[in-house]
Amino acid sequence: MLKNIDTIINKFTNSNRDNLIPILQEIQNTYGYLSEDSIVSVSKHFDLPTSKIYGIATFYDQFIFQPKGKYHILLCNGTSCHVSGSKKILKEIEKILKIKDGETTSDGIFSIQSVNCMGACSLSPVISVNGKFYSKVNLIEIKKIIKFYQTKEK
Amino acid sequence: MIIDIEVNNKTIKAKRGETILSALNSNGIKVPTLCHIDGFVPTGACRICVVEVEGKPNLIPSCSYPVEEWMKIKTHSQRVIKARKTIVELLLANHPNDCLYCERNGNCELQKLAEELNIRERKYSNEREKLKIDPSCSSIIKESDKCILCGRCIRVCEEIQGITTYDFAKINNRHIISTSFNKPLNISNCILCGQCIMVCPTGALHERNNIDKIQQALNVINKHVVVFYSPTISVSLAEEFNMKPGKNISGIINAALRKIGFNKVFDSTFATDVYIIEQTKELIYRIENNINLPLFTSNCPAWIKYAEEYFPEILTNISKCKSPQQIMGSIVKEIYSEENNIPVNDIITVSIEPCTAKKFESQREEMTNNGISDVDIAITTRELAQLIRLHGIDLQNIEEEIADFPYHTRSSAGKLTSISGGTAEAILRTLNYKITGKELEDLKISELRNNKSVKEIKIKIGKTNVGIAVISSMSKAGDFIKTLPKRKDLHLIEIMACPCGCVNGGGQPIKADTKDIKSRIKSIYDIDRKELIKVAHKNPQVIELYSKHLDNLSEEEKQKVLFTNYSKRDVLL
Repeated sequence: MLKNIDTIINKFTNSNRDNLIPILQEIQNTYGYLSEDSIVSVSKHFDLPTSKIYGIATFYDQFIFQPKGKYHILLCNGTSCHVSGSKKILKEIEKILKIKDGETTSDGIFSIQSVNCMGACSLSPVISVNGKFYSKVNLIEIKKIIKFYQTKEK
Repeated sequence: MIIDIEVNNKTIKAKRGETILSALNSNGIKVPTLCHIDGFVPTGACRICVVEVEGKPNLIPSCSYPVEEWMKIKTHSQRVIKARKTIVELLLANHPNDCLYCERNGNCELQKLAEELNIRERKYSNEREKLKIDPSCSSIIKESDKCILCGRCIRVCEEIQGITTYDFAKINNRHIISTSFNKPLNISNCILCGQCIMVCPTGALHERNNIDKIQQALNVINKHVVVFYSPTISVSLAEEFNMKPGKNISGIINAALRKIGFNKVFDSTFATDVYIIEQTKELIYRIENNINLPLFTSNCPAWIKYAEEYFPEILTNISKCKSPQQIMGSIVKEIYSEENNIPVNDIITVSIEPCTAKKFESQREEMTNNGISDVDIAITTRELAQLIRLHGIDLQNIEEEIADFPYHTRSSAGKLTSISGGTAEAILRTLNYKITGKELEDLKISELRNNKSVKEIKIKIGKTNVGIAVISSMSKAGDFIKTLPKRKDLHLIEIMACPCGCVNGGGQPIKADTKDIKSRIKSIYDIDRKELIKVAHKNPQVIELYSKHLDNLSEEEKQKVLFTNYSKRDVLL
């Protein structure tokens, strides 16, 4: 895997710092997430400390640091969804799956990620599971949605 | 060029190009700040330093705005005070309410500011989840909940030390100061120098407090508690007790430590003399055999950790000597215990250092002997001050006493090691004596006595033209080591992690400013001027220690007491 990361990095011949985000994006597109090894390789390439790269990558919601679960739950936390109680939904999901925002369950089935706006404000709060959207979610409904995917796995 | 500006209806002088804040400060007008550090490029992150400038629609951050001739500034108008108050109220909204239990209670910049701005109620309530404390590290504790995100620690770590352990990171939708991959500090690349603690405005970063451990040790019957303090402590404690900054109070410290209840009080400067002699022997051996040159000093544990992480290939060049703290500990546990028939298990050694990395060093596996650490408890200058207050000792009205026999004598060369350049000076004095049999004509080497972070000199001793480099702060050290393959003229390199050396260590009193540090340095040089024994090899008790004990030890035993080894450390850089 390391070797492939190097080939991605070397595709960007110019080791200008402008290329940092495109390189991270390409690594994430290839592997689905940014591993520790990949951050180390990128930091060597740019001669920057890993903490800096990690700091930059965590700033953007698009980057994740654990492999995505089989069912990737995106939770909208835009203004409209926030006002409609998306925080409570997130807490509920975290409670059911026993993981935090940005993490993946140990069996690799579920992962959660909150994002800033999914552009469906009139249907708030909105979540999406692997691209399937659920609108006007409430605390009872979220339990049903997760239950649905859990039984599907059994 | 000097220009006039008007501040609070008075005309003051300012230099063209300087910031409003520095012009105000040099004219004695105080403007509060939370993110500004003297000598650093301003970031303007906290906005506490805003002032009103006539003709400008918005308030202006004085730390990052240059003065101009036409300016009419108001530093404490109604509008400014209201803005500052709101900023602090918002910071407090995200800040825990546990000042009473905080490490920095009474010494916190945020607390002081809230008091100055007359904030008497919590205006905005807080419903945020608590962040976990990182208790993993033996030296530094990080409490992210108390962090106000001023970014001072990041800048000191990056710009002075070149380590960049921390950066801002967004974790669970909250910005915090995080190590890479939010790993605990003990497995991060932090070298534990403690410079981040010195600039932290709140209690978000502080040392691991060992006072309870000492109290416990003092209360166990049949335990022999031995304390020893580093050369720097005697000149840096005074200001904590309203005495003149930099005043040498070693006699008072001896008396106070005895009153606290320690069974024996020794001076680690004694061990520093042993360290200087051993290091000189090592240097002579390496010069004669032309191996592993240049020799790097090993008395700074933060530098050692840095080398283990960043330059494992030069570990063979680092001196094999333990640091003075560890030498003192092993002398007490191996020699003193045998001489006085005290079982090693009954001795507890406490070391007082101006340093947070020494806490880590005392816990290192390499620094143990049959599972017993050389130094059991290491505390900082700040903790010593707290301990003295805890025991209600009035330092102003206390008779001076001398340290306990047999480890009470010291040379002023040992004292010098607390300043960057001092270790090299002390080693040169002994080196000249060992090679030529005579003392240096002028013991004071003025080229090593300035506050530059990189100093180089060449001195002819015997037939060799000895090349010496002295470096303080790790970013400079890193740059220097990279140039080493091209340098063949160097024999000794002294490296200290903190700028100016231990006098500015990460365990020193927090309120200290550059002036205090200068007075500490001056005080040490004064001691060297007045002292009769100015070289390590003339310390009478050290001579006796060698003739009675060290010279009779087998190589293996000597290795146990005086020497150690270091190995590569794998961390995320």
